[in-house]
Amino acid sequence: MSIWEYANPKKFMQTSGAVLPWMTALSVLTLVGGLFWGFFLTPDDYKQGSTVKIIYIHVPAALMAINAWVMMLIASLIWLVRRHHVSALAAKAAAPVGLTMTLIALFTGAIWGQPMWGTWWAWDPRLTSFLILFLFYLGYLALWAAIESPDAAADLTSVLCLVGSVFAFLSRYAVLFWNQGLHQGASLSLDQEEHVADVFAWPLWTCIAGFVSLFVVLVLIRTRTEIRARRLSALLTRERMGA
Amino acid sequence: MPELGKYATTVLSAYGVALALILGLVALSLWQSARVRRALTAQEKRAGGNG
Repeated sequence: MSIWEYANPKKFMQTSGAVLPWMTALSVLTLVGGLFWGFFLTPDDYKQGSTVKIIYIHVPAALMAINAWVMMLIASLIWLVRRHHVSALAAKAAAPVGLTMTLIALFTGAIWGQPMWGTWWAWDPRLTSFLILFLFYLGYLALWAAIESPDAAADLTSVLCLVGSVFAFLSRYAVLFWNQGLHQGASLSLDQEEHVADVFAWPLWTCIAGFVSLFVVLVLIRTRTEIRARRLSALLTRERMGA
Repeated sequence: MPELGKYATTVLSAYGVALALILGLVALSLWQSARVRRALTAQEKRAGGNG
């Protein structure tokens, strides 16, 4: 039994079909449970008031915006090295999910920033690197759409993904590198000075589990769609050739 | 409903935007999945009928 067995589209469809209902149940449970816990059952922060409740969507979304790109990077490297089509299609499938997570992080950050910092936007290192990451997601999707040959599109988008990984890395560590700007450090940290209080941390962990499982569910659904679309395209081509 | 005080609009709009984007993405993914699955089933039937 090897992980490369899942590079076979048929095997991937079988396994993902069996896993999807369980992952969907886990995703709904943790996401709804975490958001309910955070929104209804946690107190206001002594400094930020009720705006602290935005943490339960902002932090998991920002985390997944970066992690989605990391997953795309791994899938792209597998495509470049081993030429497994499923990995290229999985990277393509993850991009709209990562783009949406980046948008959520940017929007909720702006909405949260207005009352706390007195501005919707600042050219702060983390905010700016996130905006660049958002533009990379757009460019990645545009490149897939612009190239007709699926293999050439997979090659070029994989290279773009490697370049964009620099910004995904910067987005995660921008606060540490420059140590300036408005954005604070990590909310969940081993450093007790930085770590949010447990009353906020536990529902936040639950929401993070919800966003991670939602990401897995959406990527599986979208990868299955891409595999079916590829087969459909092959059948249509064969029909046109008169075979 | 918890008491959100003077930040009610801020908190509710953040949740509103996030949930709208998530639900939109889920709906789009399911719609695309159903559309491609239908087209593939139809094409496989046609190919089977011809072959």
